[in-house]
Amino acid sequence: MSETATPAASLPDDPGTLIDPDGDRPAARSGRSRSLLRFIVKKLLTTIGLLFGVTVLTFLLVQAVPGDPSTTNLTEAAQQDPEIVAAYKAKWGLDKPLPVQYLTYLNNLLHGDLGTSQSTGNSILSDLAKYVPATIELAIPAMVLSLLISIGLGMWAAVRKDRAADHTIRAGALIGLSTPSFWLAIVALYIFFYVLGIAPNGGRLSTKFRPPQDITGMYTVDALLTGRPLVFWDALWHLALPVLVLTSLTVSILIRFVRSAMLEVLDQDYVKAAYAKGLPRFTVLRRHVLRAGLVQVVTVGGLAFASLLSGTVLIEQIYSWPGIGQYAYLAALNLDLPAIMGVGLFVALVYILVNLLIDVLYGIIDPRIRVS
Amino acid sequence: MNELASQRPTKPVAGEVILPARRWFGIRPGRPRPERPARPPARALTAVAIVILVGWLIVAIAAPLIAPYDPLAQSGPYYSAPSAAHWFGTDQLGRDILSRIVYGSRLSLPLAVAIVALALAIGGTLGLLAGYIGRWVDESLMRLTDLVFAFPPIILAMVVSAAFGPSARNAVLALVLVSWPTYARVVRSAVLSIRGSDFLHASRLLGVGPWQALRRDVLPNSVGPSVVLASLELGNAVLMLASLSFLGLGPRPPAPEWGAMIAAGATDLSKWWVSIIPGIAILTAVLAFNLLGDAVRDWLDPRSRRRG
Amino acid sequence: MSTGEPLLTIDGLSVSLPGPAGPVPVIKQLDLRVDAGEIVGIAGESGSGKSLTALTLLNLLPPGAVVGGSIRFDGQDLLSLDRRGWQGVRGSGISMVFQDSTAALHPMLTIGRQLTEHIRAGLGLGRAAARTRATELLDQMRIPHPDRALRAYPHQFSGGMRQRVAIAIALACRPRLLIADEPTTALDVTVQAGILALLEEQRRESGLAVLFITHDLGVLSALTRRAYIFYAGRVMESGGTADLLTAPAHPYTAALLGARPHGLSAQRTLRAIPGAPVLPDQLLPGCPFEPRCTFAEDSCRSGPPPQVPTTSGRTLACVVAPDLTGEPVVNR
Repeated sequence: MSETATPAASLPDDPGTLIDPDGDRPAARSGRSRSLLRFIVKKLLTTIGLLFGVTVLTFLLVQAVPGDPSTTNLTEAAQQDPEIVAAYKAKWGLDKPLPVQYLTYLNNLLHGDLGTSQSTGNSILSDLAKYVPATIELAIPAMVLSLLISIGLGMWAAVRKDRAADHTIRAGALIGLSTPSFWLAIVALYIFFYVLGIAPNGGRLSTKFRPPQDITGMYTVDALLTGRPLVFWDALWHLALPVLVLTSLTVSILIRFVRSAMLEVLDQDYVKAAYAKGLPRFTVLRRHVLRAGLVQVVTVGGLAFASLLSGTVLIEQIYSWPGIGQYAYLAALNLDLPAIMGVGLFVALVYILVNLLIDVLYGIIDPRIRVS
Repeated sequence: MNELASQRPTKPVAGEVILPARRWFGIRPGRPRPERPARPPARALTAVAIVILVGWLIVAIAAPLIAPYDPLAQSGPYYSAPSAAHWFGTDQLGRDILSRIVYGSRLSLPLAVAIVALALAIGGTLGLLAGYIGRWVDESLMRLTDLVFAFPPIILAMVVSAAFGPSARNAVLALVLVSWPTYARVVRSAVLSIRGSDFLHASRLLGVGPWQALRRDVLPNSVGPSVVLASLELGNAVLMLASLSFLGLGPRPPAPEWGAMIAAGATDLSKWWVSIIPGIAILTAVLAFNLLGDAVRDWLDPRSRRRG
Repeated sequence: MSTGEPLLTIDGLSVSLPGPAGPVPVIKQLDLRVDAGEIVGIAGESGSGKSLTALTLLNLLPPGAVVGGSIRFDGQDLLSLDRRGWQGVRGSGISMVFQDSTAALHPMLTIGRQLTEHIRAGLGLGRAAARTRATELLDQMRIPHPDRALRAYPHQFSGGMRQRVAIAIALACRPRLLIADEPTTALDVTVQAGILALLEEQRRESGLAVLFITHDLGVLSALTRRAYIFYAGRVMESGGTADLLTAPAHPYTAALLGARPHGLSAQRTLRAIPGAPVLPDQLLPGCPFEPRCTFAEDSCRSGPPPQVPTTSGRTLACVVAPDLTGEPVVNR
C-alpha cells in the first residue's frame, strides 16, 4: 500500500533522475502532484463557467415564458395588493433592462434567494432544505448498490463474453433499459405491498413512529444518532423498495458501459502480460483488470448520478417519498415556475459538482493525467 | 497551404492501404482484398424487433378498425377488471383501456419519431456547421452543448415543458431541446475526422469548393453515425415522452397517452390493470426500438461489431 | 550445446480461431525446436502466425481457439496441462516480452508492484527478498536508480527503458525460455541495439533460451543462429540464419530479401511479390504462396508441399525449389 500512495511525488523533479542511457527522452518528466493541481484548477474554472451559463439559461427560460413574471410568480392573494406587486418588481428589477434584471437575479441567487414557491408559499431555499435530505437518503444507497452490482455483473459478462452468463446479463440490461422507471415502481409496489404484503405502502416511516429529531434530515441516520433502533429499522424497511427500483434502473444503464470497458481492458497486452508472468486468474482479474476498468467506470459515475436523479423525480411520487423529486412533481403539476426553476438550478448545481468530483477522482486514480 | 506541408511523404492513394509489415518487406499489395461480409447480427432478435414494430405500426394506422370502443368516451362501468367485453378493463372514467392503448400508439410513436427527427435535423445541422467552419462557431456550439449536458435530461425537459405549459407540442420541443446536443457532437466529430483526412485535402487540391465538399464528402460520411444514434435514441424518446406525460406535462387529457394512463392507475393498486397494462405497451415498443437500434449499430459501425 | 532432448519441441502444431463462419485455421502443421541456451528466430509478415505461435506457447489464445499437435517443454507436455499447471509454466518456465511496452505494462501499477507480484509466488520469496531481487534485476537491465524506478509508474519512463523493465519482469522468475515478440520494433535503432545486447548477455550468462519473433531480417541475422520463415501459418523454410539470408532456397524467402533463389540464372530476377498474402479462411489446397509465386507449377496446386530436409541442414517446404535451385534434398 505504501508504494501506491503518491509515489511519484517522492521522485524529485530533477531531469537527471530517469536519464535514459539509450538516449531517448522520458515520456513525462514533471512531478505528478503539480500537473494534478493544474488539472484540478482547470476543471474548476470550467465548472465555474458552466454554472454561470446555467444561471443565464434558467434566467432566459423565465424570460421566455409568456405572461407577466409578477403574475406568474406571486400567489393570487399577493397579486391583489399593488404594494406587494411593486415591491416584487423592485426586488427583481423588473422595471430595468434585461441585463440589469439578470444581474439582480444573479445577486439574489448568490445570496441564496431562489424566490418563493407559489404552491407552498415558502422560500424555495427552505423548501429545498426540507426535501433534499429525503432524496439523498434514497440516492446514496442506490448509487453505491448500482455501482457495486453493475461492476460485478459487467465484469462477469465481459469475462464470460458470448457465453450464457453474458447473454443473460445483456438481455436483462436491455429489458431494464426499456422499462419505464415509474411503471417499474408501480409494479414493484403492487407485487411487494399489495400482493405479498411484505413492503410498506410508500412513505418514509410507519405512522406509529414519530420521525426522529431532525439532525441530518435523513431518518435512518437521525434514528441512529438519537439511539432509536426500531425507528432505524422501520426507516430502512421503507427505503428498501424505492432504492431497489432505482438501483435496478441504474444498473441496466451502467452494465453496458462497464462491460465494454472491461472488454477493452481484457484485450490489453498488460493483461496477457500478467497471465504470462504466471499470476493466477483471480489475481489478474482483481488487481489488473478491475483496477484499469474502474478508471473508465468512474467516468460513467456521472451518468449513474443523472439516471438516479431522473429516477427519483419519477419514483418519489409513487412511493409518497417527500423528496426533491416529489417537490418538482408538485411544482410541475401546479405550474409553480419559481419552484421548478429552483429545483432545476439546484439539480444542475449538484450534477455539475458531482461531475467535477468525478473528473478530479479520475485524475487521482489514473497516474497518467491527461490535461487535454 | 500548411496542410500540404504537413502531409507525410508516402501517402497511399485513396483505396489503397499499405500495411506496415508489407512496406517493411518491400512487398506491394495487389488487388484490394474483398471486404469480409458483415457477420449477420443477432438475426432472430432483430426479426422479433421488426415484427413488434410493424405490429405497432399496423395498430397505429388501423386504430379505428382495431379499437373496440371510442378511446375518449365512457364505454362501461368505472374500473371494470379485464373481461370479455373489455379485454384490458376500463379506467377511472369507464373508458376502454385496450382502445386507449391502441389509439395511444398514434400519439407515442409519431411523437417519438418527431422528437428524434427534429433533434437530428437541428443537432446535425449545427454539428455539421461547427465541425466544418470550426473556430468560434465550433467553440460556442460546444459550450452550448456543455450547458445542456449540465442538466439531467428529464429535469431540463420538465422545467421547459412546465414553463411553456403542458401540451404535446411543448413536450416534444422540450425533449428536442435536451437531445439535440448529442447529435451535434456526434456529427461534429464525424465531420472533424473527415476534415482532417487526406482525401478531403486531395479533393480540395482538385478544385472542389467548400460547399461542394461539404455536400459530396462530409455529409455522406456523417450520415452513418447519426443514423446509428437516431435509431438508438428512438426508444429513449418514447420513454422520455411517457415520463413527461406521467408527470402531467405531456398531451393534455383526455388524450390517451401511455405515460398519462399509467399515472391514472398509480393511485389505486387494487385496479392494477389501469397502470400495468399500458406499461407493457411502452415496454414492448421501447424494447423493439432498442433491439433495432443495436442491430443498426452493429450493421453500420464496424467497431462495435468487433467488440461484440 | 544441446544435450539430449531439446528445451522446446513443437510437433505438428495446428491452431484454429473461431471465425464468423466456423473455425479458421491460422497455424498448420508447425514443427519447431529450441535448444537450451539458444536464440532462435521466427520471421514473417504480419498475420503469418508468428505471434499466435507465441501466445499458444503460453496458453493465451483467445477463447474458442482449437489447438492440435504437441508441444513438449522441459520434459512436459504443455497441451495436457490444466490451469494450475499452466500457472507453473508461465513466468518460471516460459515468459514473454511484448512488442509494445506501453501496452504491456499496467499503467496504474508501479514498476515495483509489477516486478515483485510474481516473484514472491514464483520464487517463494518474502516481501523484502522479492524487492532485493527486483532491484537486482533492474540493475542488470542497466536501469539507473533502481530504488526510485521501483516506485515510478511506466509512463515516467522512455520507450527503451520501459522495454528493459518489461524484460526484467519477464526474467524475474528465472525462466528457461523467453519469447520476445518483436520487442524492438517500436524502438529507435540505437535503443534497439542496447536491448539486443541485453538479450544476448542473458543467454551467455544464464543459459536463457530465446524465441525471437521479428519481421526485421537485419535483427534476425544479428541475433539468431537459426531461424524459421513463416508464411500463412506454415514454416516455408528453416535453417541456419546466415544460410537462409545469404542463399535463400524457398522462393518466398528470396522474395522477402528482394532477391532471387540462389543458383538461379540472373535473367529471372524478382523484386516485389505480386498479390497479397492469402487470408487464413480462404486457403487453397496447395502451397499457400503459390498464387504469388513466380515459379509456381501445376504440382504446387495439388497439395501442401511437404517439409523436406536438405543437405545444407535446412528444412524446405517447396516442391519446385530443389529442382530450381539445385538444393540437394536429403534422401527420404
